[in-house]
Amino acid sequence: MTRHPTWLDIGALADIPRRGARQVATPDGPIAVFRTHDDAVFAIEDRCPHKGGPLSQGIVHGASVTCPLHNWVIDLQTGAAQGADEGCARTLPVRVSDDRVLLGLHMAAEQAA
Amino acid sequence: MTRKLVVVGNGMSPGRALETLFEGGSDYEVTIFNAEPRVNYDRIMLSPVLSGEKTYEEIVIHGDDWYERHGVTLHKGRKVVHIDREARRVLADDGTTAEYDTLLLATGSSPVVIPVPGHDLPGVLTYRDLDDVEAMLAAANHGARAVVIGGGLLGLEAAAGLQRRGVDVTVLHLMPTLMERQLDASAGYLLQAAVEERGIKVITRANTHAILGEDRVTGVKLDDGTEIPADIVVMAVGIRPNAELAKAAGIAVNRGVLVDDRLLTSDPNVLAVGECVEHRGVCYGLVAPLYEMARTIGRNLLGEDVEFRGLATSTKLKVTGIDLFSAGDFLDAKDRQEIVLRDAARGVYKRLVLKDDRIIGVVLYGDTHDGAWFFQLLKDGTDISQLRDTLIFGQGYAGGAPLDPTAAVAALSDDAEICGCNGVCKSRIVGTISAKGLTSLDEVRAHTKASSSCGSCTGLVEQLMALTLGDAYDPAAVQPMCGCTDLGHDDVRRLIVAKGLKSIPQLMQALEWKTSCGCAKCRPALNYYLLATWPGEYQDDGQSRFINERVHANIQRDGTYSVVPRMWGGMTTPQELRAIADVADKFAIPSVKVTGGQRIDLLGVKKQDLPAVWADLNAAGLVSGHAYAKGLRTVKTCVGTDWCRFGTQDSTGLGIKLEKAMWGSWTPHKVKMAVSGCPRNCAEATCKDFGVVCVDSGYELHFAGAAGMHVKGTEVLCTVPTEQEALETCMAVIQLYREQGRYLERVYKWADRVGVDTVRRQVVEDPERRRALYERFLFSQRFAQSDPWAERVAGKDAHEFAPLATVPFQEAAE
Ligand code: SRM
Ligand SMILES: Cc1cc2nc3c(=O)[nH]c(=O)nc-3n(C[C@H](O)[C@H](O)[C@H](O)COP(=O)(O)OP(=O)(O)OC[C@H]3O[C@@H](n4cnc5c(N)ncnc54)[C@H](O)[C@@H]3O)c2cc1C
Ligand code: SF4
Ligand code: FES
Repeated sequence: MTRHPTWLDIGALADIPRRGARQVATPDGPIAVFRTHDDAVFAIEDRCPHKGGPLSQGIVHGASVTCPLHNWVIDLQTGAAQGADEGCARTLPVRVSDDRVLLGLHMAAEQAA
Repeated sequence: MTRKLVVVGNGMSPGRALETLFEGGSDYEVTIFNAEPRVNYDRIMLSPVLSGEKTYEEIVIHGDDWYERHGVTLHKGRKVVHIDREARRVLADDGTTAEYDTLLLATGSSPVVIPVPGHDLPGVLTYRDLDDVEAMLAAANHGARAVVIGGGLLGLEAAAGLQRRGVDVTVLHLMPTLMERQLDASAGYLLQAAVEERGIKVITRANTHAILGEDRVTGVKLDDGTEIPADIVVMAVGIRPNAELAKAAGIAVNRGVLVDDRLLTSDPNVLAVGECVEHRGVCYGLVAPLYEMARTIGRNLLGEDVEFRGLATSTKLKVTGIDLFSAGDFLDAKDRQEIVLRDAARGVYKRLVLKDDRIIGVVLYGDTHDGAWFFQLLKDGTDISQLRDTLIFGQGYAGGAPLDPTAAVAALSDDAEICGCNGVCKSRIVGTISAKGLTSLDEVRAHTKASSSCGSCTGLVEQLMALTLGDAYDPAAVQPMCGCTDLGHDDVRRLIVAKGLKSIPQLMQALEWKTSCGCAKCRPALNYYLLATWPGEYQDDGQSRFINERVHANIQRDGTYSVVPRMWGGMTTPQELRAIADVADKFAIPSVKVTGGQRIDLLGVKKQDLPAVWADLNAAGLVSGHAYAKGLRTVKTCVGTDWCRFGTQDSTGLGIKLEKAMWGSWTPHKVKMAVSGCPRNCAEATCKDFGVVCVDSGYELHFAGAAGMHVKGTEVLCTVPTEQEALETCMAVIQLYREQGRYLERVYKWADRVGVDTVRRQVVEDPERRRALYERFLFSQRFAQSDPWAERVAGKDAHEFAPLATVPFQEAAE
């Protein structure tokens, strides 16, 4: 069964600084939503695969973020640690429509159906 | 018996004559007198020193070891005042004498000072040697005003250098267009527009009437009554050969010292070289012909018989970002034709002046790549009738298809001149690279002299290296800042100043960053360099800061934050302590700890609580302690004369004053300070970035200590009698560190790299320099001292402290 995500409006693109990120709080833990210098948007669970550092607080460069705790570099597209480090953070679907940022979540209702 | 050669003047031309002599294995015993108190340096490169693109050390041609190696006696700072031709002996102003078999006069030239009223006021400078540059730099505070009289090569280089240092510059030029001796009117106007675009004011047809001021310059008055306020006036209106010494000795002199084609003066035992010389009616003011004279002398002293017959010269303006080349004769006349190309969109203007199918004049503005080629055609008198249709498009076009730069260099003939200053041709460079196995630019400079003077041929030399060495050529010998660039920290800092780069995107574009927006290593460094270079102008880029400096608290292992309020000099009050206790209770802060820096840390604060925590602390008068900053952290103190039975001075008071003066300043790395009231040193001042140990007679100032991963005791800087001097010196040292330190280089590492003595020389032994540094620090503090906590309580960066959205429970369940 393919499950389609439900798109949830989480705010305006302008609410996220370029080369920056914002947190979205969820009961499963925070999601980091990134906006790159050229306005691409990515969503990853806000936990570094190393020791759980909050990736949303890192420095964003190109399509990567450097974790604030011990400088692992995480690829925003895949969530994978780059270079010699190994590990992967979970990514989530996200898109921008009419300058609104839509996060793809799987709803309880759908699961029940 | 060894013959004695005495040289008067130690400039660029005798330096080259001696090199030729020593390379040929001379047995002369050489003595040099130099009125300047230093070794031989590259005078041409004074402008890059003035603008900050180079340091004096980088432009030294012959270091002390060179003189030692060749057994040369160099009398620094001694001026020859008399020549006794009978006894063949010279006498210097301090009484030193030296006997010669051959005397070489190389006294250069002196700047012309127009004798208007006020020309002798303090603050009126000329532009000839390092002392002049240092005098300009000492006066070049941000916001200072300068008037440069003279819009020729030297005047414009001085103006651009001063402007880069933040000085407000006005250039006064007598003629209707700038550099009229080298440029035609069109190029002169383009140049003026480019100069004005940099924020330099230009007034042409300006006749200086008087220099104003009582005991120092305050301004300049023009013939039409205009008054221009100025803190310094630089006169750059021309040079005059320095021939008085020769004249007084009865040697034949006209405008300069008269010499024949072997550079002999009217006295067969006396030779002359350089700008002091008049040869076949010409006095030269550029090094290429002087170097040719110098080689002629060197070879003749070795027993050859060669002649100097004069040399055509070309000019390049060394102002970064302005490309300009001129050579030959470009005045309009009946028997001449010209070819002109204008490309307004690219800001390019090229003009060739032809006579009898030969190039006799070249003016290039905006695109000077073909300068060397045109100049070669001019010097060779090549018949260009076959090339005429495409000549103006340059060598690439003339050769058929447009060529890439390396191919263009490959296509050059073997005897094509690459380095105009030193007369080095292509085959010499290529041959030396192969024969000696050279791999770096510095080695090529050392062995061939190419690119070692004005440096404008560096690109060509590098292309030749690439051509000769292929993949073995690695142009980046410096440690690059990071993977995004081949440039090192120092290069980037200089280019920021030189090119006037004022934002990160502009910098990355101009310096050809290899990534779209840098990385976590270079961006914070660039942000700091821009902030330190352009105080008040550059807007801090929060996204290029590490999280701690973005949210003004320290991130902890669990993602919470710690908050450290400032406790000035370690002093606190019951009210402050009560406020801290209340905040800890109200926000359920799990840990309250006394830090190693004499203040209190609140650990485990949730990020979204930060603004409210700060609001409460602010209300009690507490501000950010910058415990997270690459900036001033703490100033530890002991109780001093307030209480201690051994205290010699008010160490607590001075510590507070230091902290109040220094807080908020961004630095390459963190800066920690301490003040102890006596040599028992209870505040541990001798392992701090800057420390003060109070003694009976005053304040012993220390710096370059640390007690982190490496424990390093401080170096003593000096002892000063007053608190005010202690404060000023501290600010001057930290400003020097801010200007020279590489990002993430602690004070002790910087001092280690540049030398403790160098720092001491600049800050302690040179009061004007100290003053200038101190003032630059004060200026930048005007924009730095606002409490970042209060700003955020007032709403700044609110997005940092709240989630973008909160997803309710049922929606997120999987
Ligand atoms: C809180 C404190 C420990 C304490 O509880 O006492 C502390 C805590 C940290 N120190 Fe420190 N240092 C503290 C005083 C010191 C001292 C003592 C002093 O200042 O007199 C030193 C040795 C003196 C020195 O720096 O030369 C010190 C040498 C270091 C170093 C090693 C620096 C070095 O160049 O070798 C680091 C690592 C670094 O900066 O890269 C460091 C880094 C850190 C960091 C910032 C580590 C980090 O990156 O997270 C810690 C942050 C804790 C936090 O969130 O507050 N801390 N640290 C002290 C805060 C002082 C203050 O009031 O601001
Ligand atoms: C700012 C600046 C930029 C320049 N840019 C260029 C450029 O781009 N291209 C170019 O080709 N040229 C340039 N020049 C010109 C070039 O620097 C000079 O042509 C060259 O330095 C002259 O060399 P010299 O050996 O004749 O004399 P100098 O280098 O002037 O040396 C003369 C030395 O003799 C000393 N002296 C004088 N009298 C006595 C005495 N009685 N006893 C002892 N010592 C004495 C002086 O103190 C001085 O140190 C520039 C010059 C300046 C100032
Ligand atoms: S010594 Fe400093 S850096 Fe190390 S754990 Fe303690 S506070 Fe942290
Ligand atoms: S937790 Fe991210 S690098 Fe260590």
